[in-house]
Amino acid sequence: MAMEMRLPVARKPLSESLGRETKKHLVVPGDTITTDTGFMRGHGTYMGEEKLIASVAGSVERVNKLVCVKALKTRYNGEVGDIVVGRITEVQQKRWKVETNSRLDSVLLLSSMNLPGGELLGQGVLVQVSPSLVKRQKTHFHDLPCGASVILGNNGFIWIYPTPEHKEEDAGGFIANLEPVSLTDREVISRLRNCIVSLVTQRMMLYDTSILYCYEASLPHQIKDILKPEIMEEIVMETRQRLLEQEG
Amino acid sequence: MAGLELLSDQGYRVDGRRAGELRKIQARMGVFSQADGSAYIEQGNTKALAVVYGPHEIRGSRSRALPDRALVNCQYSSATFSTGERKRRPHGDRKSCEMGLQLRQTFEAAILTQLHPRSQIDIYVQVLQADGGTYAACVNAATLAVLDAGIPMRDFVCACSAGFVDGTALADLSHVEEAAGGPQLALALLPASGQIALLEMDARLHEDHLERVLEAAARAARDVHTLLDRVVRQHVREASVLLGD
Repeated sequence: MAMEMRLPVARKPLSESLGRETKKHLVVPGDTITTDTGFMRGHGTYMGEEKLIASVAGSVERVNKLVCVKALKTRYNGEVGDIVVGRITEVQQKRWKVETNSRLDSVLLLSSMNLPGGELLGQGVLVQVSPSLVKRQKTHFHDLPCGASVILGNNGFIWIYPTPEHKEEDAGGFIANLEPVSLTDREVISRLRNCIVSLVTQRMMLYDTSILYCYEASLPHQIKDILKPEIMEEIVMETRQRLLEQEG
Repeated sequence: MAGLELLSDQGYRVDGRRAGELRKIQARMGVFSQADGSAYIEQGNTKALAVVYGPHEIRGSRSRALPDRALVNCQYSSATFSTGERKRRPHGDRKSCEMGLQLRQTFEAAILTQLHPRSQIDIYVQVLQADGGTYAACVNAATLAVLDAGIPMRDFVCACSAGFVDGTALADLSHVEEAAGGPQLALALLPASGQIALLEMDARLHEDHLERVLEAAARAARDVHTLLDRVVRQHVREASVLLGD
């Protein structure tokens, strides 16, 4: 097994090199948000004596009369219509307990196994990230042109798997496909996984375009080098540039 | 009487500080990506690491679940290399259990547990180097870690130790000053409201002096709050810039 060692080196915080400033109102717990009692209080706030106080560290969001503080990192809070990827942790009599990176485990009833919209996944790689980094899009199932497919769960669980060559009509039930995955597919999947990890470390939102650009930017490097800090910064910087150009 | 002079005639302590002066504090949030929240703090030579998981499903016995609140579970551990002589039991000994209970008491007062019924919040603190004020460093590190995890809290919890020597109250004791055997007080404070989360002292102190020592500890805790506040704001600003608007 090859090992690499390096001495500690002071690095600049990334926001300096971006040269941007944020326009949001940032608060920490204990800060008074407003003394105006006309506001309704949302998540991340509580009522002190006569004033609205923040309870998490994050940015204040004001929607008409509702004031809430959006924390940087939270566990997943479900919404109707979200796609989630979960891991079965417990099997009980009539239901399964699923871990979905939320505050409590989710429940999957066996009777809903064959309903459309839910499926058991075969071979692939699971990457766990913070739910706040997954962008809300119209669809979360993406077939990337590099040869793998990706499911971006809203709860921060991302499933990367080799694109099935043909889509068969399953007659219901789950047949585990245990054929060994080819080496090229496996390399693509590991590269994608490392790219996702580097995007997350640099706190970039995850969606199909950003993952694809990052993948393309990482091609000149070896897969295991992607996780080194300098190379990570370089790749993500390039991704950011391309995304900015594409937008406008 | 042979021994170290804890407070010189000019008012300097063993390490050159003044009576009410704190040691240098450096802190960082988000040191581990795998945990929900993590933080590292250095107070002088005392180094502590805190990791928070949760809120998540109660592991183990479901009967421990509280129907209206979250369960806060704290564990304190000090590394075998943290003290001058190698420690034989890093955790599970009496002092660690007691510290764990104290930390739990402190954080149950600050975390808004009613917002997460039937779940569990785990706080693990590890002391890497102990040079006095370990309880305070643990509380400060744990506060930052809980904030990093996005768990709602009433306010910061800032802690500091204080002692009493030659009629003067000293703030933020180092190991040498603690080992000298005088009275020592540990205070955990919620700065905005001035409420005390935990106050602990196990020595003998005349009640006339209590007011002064408490005042010194409270002032020091507020100074710690100023520093931690700056660290958190910096961290939030950086993350906000990276995420974009």
